Amino acid sequence: MEAGSHLGSATPGGYKPLGVKRRRWGEEIIRGLLFLAAAISILTTVGIVVALLGESIPFFIDVGTKFFTDGSWSPLFADPQFGVWQLLNGTFLITGIAICVAIPIGLASAIYLSEYATPRVRKTIKPILEILVGVPTVVFGYFALTFVTPEILQALGIQVKGFNALAAGLVMGIMIVPTIASISEDAMRAVPQGLREGAYGLGSTKRQVATRVVFPAALSGIVAAIVLGVSRGVGETMIVLLAAGLQPNFGIDPRDGFATITTFMGSAADGDNPAGTIGYQSIFACGTILFFLTLAMNMIAIRFVRKYRQVYD
Amino acid sequence: MAAPPPAADVIEIGMPGTHFRRERGTQLREVGFAVGLFALLSIALLTLLVLMLDVIVEGAGSLSVSFFTETPSRVDPSSSGIGLAITGTLYLMLVCAAFIIPVGVASAIYLEEYANREKWFNRMIEVNIQNLAAVPSIVYGVLGLAFLVRGPIGMGNVVFAGGLTLGLLVLPVVIVAGREAIRAVPPSIREGSMALGATKWQTIWKQVLPASIPGIATGTILALSRAIGEAAPLIVVGAIAFATTADTSLFSGTFSALPIQIFGWTADANEAFKPLAAAAILVLMGILLAMNAVAIWLRNRFEQTW
Repeated sequence: MEAGSHLGSATPGGYKPLGVKRRRWGEEIIRGLLFLAAAISILTTVGIVVALLGESIPFFIDVGTKFFTDGSWSPLFADPQFGVWQLLNGTFLITGIAICVAIPIGLASAIYLSEYATPRVRKTIKPILEILVGVPTVVFGYFALTFVTPEILQALGIQVKGFNALAAGLVMGIMIVPTIASISEDAMRAVPQGLREGAYGLGSTKRQVATRVVFPAALSGIVAAIVLGVSRGVGETMIVLLAAGLQPNFGIDPRDGFATITTFMGSAADGDNPAGTIGYQSIFACGTILFFLTLAMNMIAIRFVRKYRQVYD
Repeated sequence: MAAPPPAADVIEIGMPGTHFRRERGTQLREVGFAVGLFALLSIALLTLLVLMLDVIVEGAGSLSVSFFTETPSRVDPSSSGIGLAITGTLYLMLVCAAFIIPVGVASAIYLEEYANREKWFNRMIEVNIQNLAAVPSIVYGVLGLAFLVRGPIGMGNVVFAGGLTLGLLVLPVVIVAGREAIRAVPPSIREGSMALGATKWQTIWKQVLPASIPGIATGTILALSRAIGEAAPLIVVGAIAFATTADTSLFSGTFSALPIQIFGWTADANEAFKPLAAAAILVLMGILLAMNAVAIWLRNRFEQTW
C-alpha cells in the first residue's frame, strides 16, 4: 500500500520508469573502454590518412606538376623523374587484363551457382572457390612467374619476356574471380523467386530467365562486384611484384614488363631510403594515390550494393 | 474439350509439368549455355588444381627435417631452410592475436550492445570498418612504416611492429565475425539475465560472451589465416628474406616470415632457390589448411541453435 502510493505519485500513469536509478560508475567505465576499442578503427583510418598526407604533401610541394608532366618514373635515380603515368599505365593494363579474365569466369560462376547448380553441387563448388580466396597472393605470384610465364605462355609460343604483364594479369584475374562470383551470386539470389516464376509463366526458358530477368535485376550488385574486383586488382602487390617486373614502362603490349603503383611501393620500401628523402616520400605519394583510388571504388561499390538491397529486402 | 496432345517438338523446360512450344534449336542453345557456364567456372577450379600440383611437384623433394630448422642461405640452396621464417611467423601471429582478440571483441560488443545507431559517430565507425576492409594491404604497411617503425613510436624494423601492422589489417575480420556471433545470441537470454538483477556488463560477460565464443574463435582463426599469408605489408615494414640472426626478440633484431621467405626465394635470380620456394609454399598452405579445418570444426562442434 505504502509502495503502491509512492509509485502512483511518481508518474501520472501509475508506473515508475524502469532503469532510472543511481549511476553505476563501473558500468560507465567499461562502456568507455569498449568505445575506445571501437574507436581504434577510426584511429586506423585517421592514421593512414595522416601518414600518407604527412609525407606526400612535402613531396607534392617539391615535385609539383612534374608528377603529371614528367615522361618517366624514376624517383630513386640521381636524375629523378616523377611522371606517375607510367605506373598508372602498368596498374591499369594489368588490372584490365585481370578483369577481362575475371568478369566472364566470375559472372558465369555466379549464374551457374545461383540458377543452375543443384544444392549439392553448390555445396561442393562454393568451398573450393573459397579456397581460392585463401591462397596467399605471394603464392599466386610464384605461380605466375614460375609456371604461367614459362610453362603456358612461352610454351604456347607467345613471345613474352621473363617479367610480363600478361602472366601477372591472367593470374590476378583468377585471384579476383571469387570476389566477383560471390558478390554477384548474392545479388542474383536476392532476386525474388516471383520474378523467375513470372518469366517461366510467360514461356521463358531457363537461359532466358537467367540472362533477361535475373541478370538485369541483379545488375547493381554485379556492378558492385566488378568495381570491388577492379579495386582488389589495383591494390594487389605480390603478383605484380614477382611476375610483372619493376621496370616502369609505357604501352599496351602485355608481353612486356610493367611497374605498377604497388610494385614501386614494395620495391622502394626496403628500408634503404632514409626518412625525409624524396625517395622515401615517393612511397607515400604512391600510397596516397592508391588509397584514394581504392577508397573511391569501394564507396561506389557500397552504393550499388545498397541499391539492390533496398529494392528487394 | 481438353488441350490437344503435345506435338513432337514440345520440350519440357522450366517449371516441372509445364509444357511450352519451342522452335527447333532452342534446346541446343539451352544446353550450350549451361555447358558454357560450367566450362568457365571450371577454368577457375582447374587453375587451383594446376597450382597445387605444380607446387607439390616442385616442392615436395625439398621437404626434409633440416628444411624446417635451417636458416636461409644466400648462396647454398641445399643448406637453406625456413627455420627463421617459421619463428618469425609464429611471433607475428602471437602479437597479431594478442592485439586483435581483445580489441576486436571489445569493438564488436560496443557496436552490438551499446552503440546507438542514431548517433553519427557510431554510424561512422560502421562505415569506416567497411571501408577499412577494402584498403589494399600494402597501405597498412605504409601506416606501420610511418607510425610504428619510424616516426613518433619508432621501434624500428622489429617483429612487434610487423605483428601490429598485420593486426590492424585483419581487425575488421574479427569485428565483423564477433558482431555476427553476438547478434546470434537471442534477446531473451539478455532479458532473463537482466530480470534476475544482473547489470548490463554482467549480462554480457556471463551470458552473451560465453555463448558467442565459438563464433568469435572462428572469426579470429580466419583473421589469423589471412594475416599469416600477407607479404606486402611486411615488406614495407622491413621484414627480410635472408635474415641470419636467430635471436628473435619482439622488440629488437631483424625478422623474417614464411610469405617473405617465399617471396625472397621466388624473386632470387638463382633458379636453384625455386624448389625451396615451392616447399615453403607447401608448408604455408599446410598451416592454412589446418587453421581452416580447426575453424570449420569449431563452427560445427559448438554451433548453438536457440
